[in-house]
Amino acid sequence: MQIKTLEDMQTAKKLGLAQLYPDKPKILVGMATCGLAAGAQKVFDLFQRKAQHEHWDGVVEKTGCIGFCYKEPLVDFILPDKPRLTYEQVTPDVAEELWSEISAGKIPEKHFLARLDIDDPILDGGPRKLYKGKLKGFLAKAPRYEDLDFFKLQRHLAMRNCGFVDPDNILHYIARGGYFALYKALTEMAPEEVIEAVTVAGLRGRGGGGFPTGVKWASCRKAQGWPKYVLCNADEGDPGAYMDRSLIEGDPHAILEGMLIGAYAIGSSEGYVYVRAEYPLAVKTLQRSILAAREAGLLGENIFGTGFSFDIKLNLGGGAFVCGESTALMASIEGKPGEPRAKYVHTVDKGLWNRPSNLNNVETWANVPLIIAKGADWYRDIGTEGSKGTKIFSLVGQVKNVGLVEVPMGISIKDMVNLIGGGVPETKEFKAIQIGGPSGGCIPRELWDLPIDFDSLWDAGAIMGSGGMIVMDDSTCMVDVAKFFLDFLIDESCGKCIPCRLGLKRMREILEEFSTGKGTVADLDELQSLAEAVKDGSLCALGGSAPNPVLSTLRYFREEYEAHVLRRKCPAAVCKELITYSINQELCNGCTACVQECPQGAITGEKKKPHQLNAALCIKCGACHEVCKFKAVEVF
Amino acid sequence: MITFTIDGKEVQGQEDWTVLDVAKWHGIDIPTLCYHPAVEPYGACRLCVVEVDDGRRSRVVISCMYPIREGIKVLTDTPRINNVRRWIVQLLLDESPASPKMQELATKFGVTPSRFKKAGVDFACHLCGLCVRACHEVVGAQALTFGNRGLRKEITSPFHTGSKECLSCGTCLYVCPTGAMEQLFDKVGA
Amino acid sequence: MSVTFKSLETILDQYPPNPEHLISALQDVQAKFSYIPKEAMTAVCDHLGVPVSRGWAVATFYKAFSLEPKGEHEISVCLGTACHVRGARNVYEKFRRDLAIPGEEGTTKDLKFTLRQVRCLGCCSMAPVAQIDEEVHGGLSQRKAGTLLKQFRKR
Repeated sequence: MQIKTLEDMQTAKKLGLAQLYPDKPKILVGMATCGLAAGAQKVFDLFQRKAQHEHWDGVVEKTGCIGFCYKEPLVDFILPDKPRLTYEQVTPDVAEELWSEISAGKIPEKHFLARLDIDDPILDGGPRKLYKGKLKGFLAKAPRYEDLDFFKLQRHLAMRNCGFVDPDNILHYIARGGYFALYKALTEMAPEEVIEAVTVAGLRGRGGGGFPTGVKWASCRKAQGWPKYVLCNADEGDPGAYMDRSLIEGDPHAILEGMLIGAYAIGSSEGYVYVRAEYPLAVKTLQRSILAAREAGLLGENIFGTGFSFDIKLNLGGGAFVCGESTALMASIEGKPGEPRAKYVHTVDKGLWNRPSNLNNVETWANVPLIIAKGADWYRDIGTEGSKGTKIFSLVGQVKNVGLVEVPMGISIKDMVNLIGGGVPETKEFKAIQIGGPSGGCIPRELWDLPIDFDSLWDAGAIMGSGGMIVMDDSTCMVDVAKFFLDFLIDESCGKCIPCRLGLKRMREILEEFSTGKGTVADLDELQSLAEAVKDGSLCALGGSAPNPVLSTLRYFREEYEAHVLRRKCPAAVCKELITYSINQELCNGCTACVQECPQGAITGEKKKPHQLNAALCIKCGACHEVCKFKAVEVF
Repeated sequence: MITFTIDGKEVQGQEDWTVLDVAKWHGIDIPTLCYHPAVEPYGACRLCVVEVDDGRRSRVVISCMYPIREGIKVLTDTPRINNVRRWIVQLLLDESPASPKMQELATKFGVTPSRFKKAGVDFACHLCGLCVRACHEVVGAQALTFGNRGLRKEITSPFHTGSKECLSCGTCLYVCPTGAMEQLFDKVGA
Repeated sequence: MSVTFKSLETILDQYPPNPEHLISALQDVQAKFSYIPKEAMTAVCDHLGVPVSRGWAVATFYKAFSLEPKGEHEISVCLGTACHVRGARNVYEKFRRDLAIPGEEGTTKDLKFTLRQVRCLGCCSMAPVAQIDEEVHGGLSQRKAGTLLKQFRKR
């Protein structure tokens, strides 16, 4: 349907609501990439097949990811006048069981994760209670979302629709208040008022730098030149960060609406989304949502009959991390190698094709409709003094509850790891948290009361970055982590400037000496001064922040570096040259698992007799350690 | 005219000049490698770094591209600047110890080849891009190009074979500061 | 698939002769032939009006492009941070040993497999992960990697 007026919007909303909460049962399967990797497609197919065969009077639909990645595949049952019920780890076998109960009108108790009593779409005029009266039996005792440690401190604003709507259905988005903010901006606000709202709200860029979004928009609006471009950076490259992928796969229209509002404020009629080609589902979802918005008349000419026109093109990245840098991204859209250039003239003045260009990342754009719909003051109330609103983090690594977490700015690292993350797995100890991707830093346990916001992290030598949080326990070696990030950055450096291309290589060579027992204490100082030179001398932000992982580990884990250099030991037993594998003769019961697995034939021994490891043949691949169930393979 | 200071000395330059332009005009020495007046600045070698205080903050920029602004304070000889330059010279000297230009800079910065110097390589290409820029901007042939990225970045012609566009004019040989083009010319030229 | 005039034409027809489409057009060529044949590169550059040197620069800069034919199955092992701290390096080495790939990355002699590293597939919750063709496999160990390879050898 074509949407031109407020009445059209209301009609679309009514249609959408009837689909979101139909008067018959509905099964919702989480089918973002993480769900699919866990087997959600088979589960979805199974429910659909069953529903068809048994002429079930209900709906089977897909949705995005609510963030509980380690519990995937997730399935929701939305039953008329009942709380919404979420089930975890629904493999095809489990789905079969669930189906037999739900199709018989019963409420399954196995694999139950949580119930949702109140659905708060944030934008749509207040929360909606999903049932009347009192809950009885199993449901009354079943945990609610807000009872789960993982969700207690969370507040889903940018992720407001993820796990609730079918990303391919624009009516679902409208039903939850979507595109009403655009209507408000276009019909009630002057472009300057939109910029004012975003500025007052205190929104800062979620892609890395944390630059005030309103200030950027104002500069771009003022810049001379035409046309002006509005760009979305969806080239999410930080290893360990995947919130942008999840937002695109779960709620693409929020990003489009944000861009539309931004374009109106800046005075632009052309937009680009630059998205990673390594995210095939996100690419498809974006393509479909752009088409749907065009068909509805929400992208294109004369939107809402106001004379405002804007359209969006999609560009696929070619697999280069550096293209997340604004000038490299623009070079790539122009069809060139993604080499950054000096930014002494800002991209808001001369960006894409030398025209004024405004680039924000996915999460930033998704926040924009909230500010316009709910007002700058509402937004300002969330977060800390210098960092407003919420931020999505991907909490991964050595932590029990792995997933996407959206929290108000300012919660502590400790709460993040221990409460939301459920702590590190048993028998291990929390050692550090790496925040901000390859440009970020490692923060040690001593600082875990630190509030997570732009400025505190900066002072501690890390950055917010895109929000990747990798929890590390005592089995992680900090020298190895520094080497890991350098390898990544060396591989992804465009190679244009000397400090980044050769300086990072030299830093890596010095670290290699450390991890092979050839370093000296003087080399620690040499590494420090080289790191400063690379930081000061590099052309772009990739090189400029590349030394951060080294500098932060040197700052907080100098003892561990010294152990490698002075004692020639790797305390975490990671650096291969400094460790040896051996078999504890008392613990080994002679199961031969390691004998079979060893690629070198370095382990010998008969069944039921302790095995022997020939250190001369061992390549320290760890295969024996991995298969030993009796902890008899020891590493020192 | 725009007025500002370099190392405390008041200097003036025209609207579209860079800090390096003004420094050269006033005879202030800033070392360069990838800069050449005949082609567009590229900003790859970073040897011409200076510290600029624009009233809000002080940061390290490259003088060959930084546009002059009223009232900025430019410093060309600070510990930060010298640390960057010394390391660049060190890293390049280890790549091309036999290049006269590098030897000159090494003497100036008191740098000698380090333990990381690779044996057998004396004239490595620094990827300063002077040859590529000269080929594109001066000759207009577009025969040379950068290939690959990062540590594998190279100066080459498409598919590593003699380029159809090459005029054999030798401009690239002339501008090459390290002598690396001598070895490359026969492979990429027509 | 051989590089025919016809198969290239269907790709080129979609793009107006404008340099901005260079990357998109090369992506289509890559998808169609699983690499960028020399003839195709020349045709794309001629059509869009850019020098071949620019096409070469782009094709070698971005990881998505390959100038050599790839194997039947492409194995992308994630070495992102989350996978790294859960032992992805050892898993990668297992693939490399079993496939007898001499370099860091590469294609097996029989053109059956191409092994490559990728830094983050965005499936950190299931680390360590590898993507074989379109399927993502999570929770890998050296042993599971061996089993997976055996399955794919039979396909």
